[in-house]
Formats: sequence, structure tokens, C-alpha cells
Amino acid sequence: MKGAGAAWCFVAPALVIIGLFFIVPVVAALALSLTDFDIYALADRGNLRLVGLRNYVQLLQTPLFWKALGNTLYFVVVGVPLSIGVSFGTALLLHSRVTRFQAAFRTALFAPVVTTLVAVAVIWRYLLHPHYGLLNYGLSRLGLPPVDWLGDPSWAMPAIILLAVWKNFGYNMVIFLVGLQSIPEPLYEAARIDGASAWQQFLHITLPTLVPIVTMVNILTIAGYFQLFAEPYVMTQGGPLQSTVSVLYFMYEEGFKWWNLGSASAVAFLLFVLIFGVTAVQLRVSRWQGVA
Amino acid sequence: MRRLVAPAVNGVLLIISILTVLPLVWMLAVSLMSPGEASRFPPPLWPSRATLANYRELFTQAGLGRYFLNSVLLTAGVTLSSLLFNVAAGYAFAKLRFAGRDRIFKLLLGALVIPSQVAMIPLFLLLRNLGLVNTYGGIIVPALASIFGIFVVRQYALTIPDDMLEAARIDGASEFRIFRSIVVPVLRPIAITLAVFTSLAAWNDFMWPLIVLNDMDLYTLPVALASLSREHVQDNELMMAGAVLTTFPVLLVFLALQRYYIRGLTLGSVKE
Repeated sequence: MKGAGAAWCFVAPALVIIGLFFIVPVVAALALSLTDFDIYALADRGNLRLVGLRNYVQLLQTPLFWKALGNTLYFVVVGVPLSIGVSFGTALLLHSRVTRFQAAFRTALFAPVVTTLVAVAVIWRYLLHPHYGLLNYGLSRLGLPPVDWLGDPSWAMPAIILLAVWKNFGYNMVIFLVGLQSIPEPLYEAARIDGASAWQQFLHITLPTLVPIVTMVNILTIAGYFQLFAEPYVMTQGGPLQSTVSVLYFMYEEGFKWWNLGSASAVAFLLFVLIFGVTAVQLRVSRWQGVA
Repeated sequence: MRRLVAPAVNGVLLIISILTVLPLVWMLAVSLMSPGEASRFPPPLWPSRATLANYRELFTQAGLGRYFLNSVLLTAGVTLSSLLFNVAAGYAFAKLRFAGRDRIFKLLLGALVIPSQVAMIPLFLLLRNLGLVNTYGGIIVPALASIFGIFVVRQYALTIPDDMLEAARIDGASEFRIFRSIVVPVLRPIAITLAVFTSLAAWNDFMWPLIVLNDMDLYTLPVALASLSREHVQDNELMMAGAVLTTFPVLLVFLALQRYYIRGLTLGSVKE
């Protein structure tokens, strides 16, 4: 092939980096999860032994792992629909024919997306402060009792969800908005001539056109929400009563606090399998719906 | 009824927008309050007398200048170097022929579903062996190329007409010459998009710097802020000033280059 040499000069550097610093580590993570790599092995490789599936078996017998998994699922199951709902609603409002200053509204609603998670977690820790926080002040103005957001095990995760939705909804909003704008106007005109109401137009034109985008957004958002880490790290340190320990937080502590790197790799791998499984199911469902 | 729709839609949007921006505005307001002023009920919305004392303390006592510099250097380093690698590779995947091109590209796309955290532990051990833990290199080297970056550039580069490249080849230009004088100018918009994306992600990144940089002198702003916020739980005004210094650079970059950012967002997510 002519010019193949030059082509390799263009791709090889990037491929070497991705191979060496991503693909190899991913494969190594699987291998590592089958060993008892710990602080002793870190000091001397001679202490490293293959232990088969022992890390996985032990994890499945660790209550805190199940707790972390449950907390993460809670975050995903409540947070994702809420986030996508807000994204979709605001996108519809922005796209509305009567909306003025669309660009300004879009910028304001998108701003939290680009902010630094650690910084906004610090802000929200203060917003959620039981005595001086703006949120409880708002509640008191509405005649509601104050909530100890980050101190009460049953409120800490909802508080983190609130922060996550606030921080993220703008992202999917813009994607939905682009999707809405790509629907050809003549479709709606034809429907109106046929006497379709606004609701019917929404149901039979807007929604069906957006199905592929919704599927895409769903998959990406769920994968992202499974990776909860910085919020609990900054706001609650996993507490109170471990109600905000996420899978990644558990992995971080297991790996980089206790240096059980073999076991932490097993956690990482289980998380991957979980995300992969959920993604595969969604793709299957969307394909099946596409056929039906 | 019909006349009420427009005010209702705009009114709801206005309320949601204010609620969305409120935490950021409040952050700025509290950062300008004197120490202790914000710890009152009802919470003050505006400083009674604006002061820069918190910022001064952050720079003189907490050494924030150093963390700011670390963040700037790392963000610039990651953005500029990864741009070179990703643009070159993205172009080659779109327009040059080499054995296994499509198969490799498919594999890369498949690998996109793997969350980066899976690689973190072995990557840490690898970098430790290379002596890169606790150095800038530990952040920059693994970020030199990204699948997402290659993908985004390739999609854009597919639109370059083959005739244009062929004509240059007939004129005897080398592949590198073509890349430099034809391809790079054409890819400029997508390169800016990618640069905005990469720099925001690099600036905001938390988990990896937290793992790799243990030396306080090397902390990036998010890592330093997280550590400060654990020490200074009560010093709300100080922490808000730290949050302002961390978020404002990215907000400004976003406001200035919004057009490019939004395009990248839809390029990466919406299937053509």
C-alpha cells in the first residue's frame, strides 16, 4: 500500500499511548483481580500470589460492598430519570416557538455542566448546611421543617442526587435541543393542516423522532451515574452510616487507602461488567423496539 | 389562553434559570463576605461590605497560587500534546490507507464503553514502575491520546475532499507537508472544539490527580480544594473563595468558546 508508512507515523503514537496506558491496564486489571496484590506485594513482588476468584467471593460476602452497590443503584435509578426528565423538559421549553432569549437561557442552564465538580460539591455542602444553608432557609419560608441533609442517612443520598441533577441536566438538555431542532418544520405543518393538536404532534412526531437520541442519552447517562465518586468524597466521605459509599468510593478506599489492589481491581471489574450489562440490555431493548 | 402561553413558558424558563445560576452567584457573594459573616440565620445573600480577605488568605496562607499554577500547567500540557496526537491519528483514520485501519478503529470504538476507572489501578502500578507517580508526567503521559479525541477528529476529517489531497500528492507534496499545510487548517474548528473539551476535562479532573499526586506541592486545584474543605469545614467564606478560583477559569473559557464546546458535545453523542 502506497503511503502506508506515513499513515503509521500519524496513528502509531496515539495507538501506542492508548494501548500502553489504557488497553494493557484494562487487561491487567482482570489479571490483578485474580491475585492477592496488597501492600506487601507493592513492596516486594515475591509476595504476590494467584488466588483465583477469591477476591470476588470475598467481595460478595462483604456487607459494605453490597451497601455500596445498593447506594450506587439508588443514585442511578432515581438520579438518571430525574436528570433526563429535567433535561427533556427544559429542552422542550427552550425549543418552544414562543421562547425569547433562547441563547441566554441555554447558557445559564448549561453553566453548571462546565463547573468543577469538587468546587460545586463544596458549594452544595454549604447550601445544604442544616443551620446556615440556603435550602433549609427556603424550606422555612415555605413553612417546612429543616432537614439535616448531609447528616441524616435517609437524606444524604437525595441531597447528592439533587446536586448531580443540577450539575448535569444541561448536558443532555443541549443534546435534546439539537435533536428537536433537527425535526423538519414541514412535518409539523402537515400535521397542523390535518388538524393534529399540539399534544398529538408531540406524541406522533416529536417523540418517535427522538427515540434514538433518548436511547443514546440514556446509555451514556447511566454509565456516567454509575461512576459516582467526587460528590461523596467531598460532601459526606461516604457517611452518614455509609449511606453514600458508592462502588467507586469503595474501590478507592480499598485500593488507595488500604492498598488491597487485587481486591480493588475486582471491584473495578464488577463495576465494568455491571455497566456493560446494563448498556447491552438497553441496546437490545431499543433494537427490539425498532423492529416492532 | 393562547396569549398566556408565551409568558408562562418564558416565566418558567426564567425561574429555572435563576435557580440554576443561584448557587454560583451565591458562591461569589459569600466569597466576598468577611470571615464568619455567612454563618448566620437567615443566610445573608449579599456581603454587607465586600472584601477580598478570603482570597488574600488563600494565596498567602493556603498556598493556592501554587495549586493554581499546577492546574494551569497540567491543563495546558495535556491539551496541547493530546491535540497533536489525536488530530494526527484522527486524520489518518479518516483519510489515509493502512493495513487493518477499519478493524483497529472498530476496536477503539468498542473500547469506548470501558470506564476509565477500570484501568486506574494497573495504570497506577505501571506509572509507579516508570517513576511517574508524583510527577506532572503521571497526569500528562496517560492523557496524551484519547479514543474520544480520535473519534471526533475522524468524523470531521471524513468531510475533507479526497481530490484536494490527491492534487497535492500529484504536485509532489509529502504526506507531512500535506498534513501541515492542507489538513491542519481545514481541521482547525474541530481542533478548537477538542481543545476546549480536553482542557475543561483536564482542569476539572479529580479522581486521577487525587491518586497520582500525593505531594502537596503538586496538587491541582480540585485536589487542593477537596483537601482544604476537609480541614476548613466551618470556614464557608474561605471555601467559597476557593470554589470561585476553581470554577471561574472554566466558566470563562466556556463563555468565550461556547460555540465550539456545544458542537463537540453533539458530535460526540448524536449519531449521524
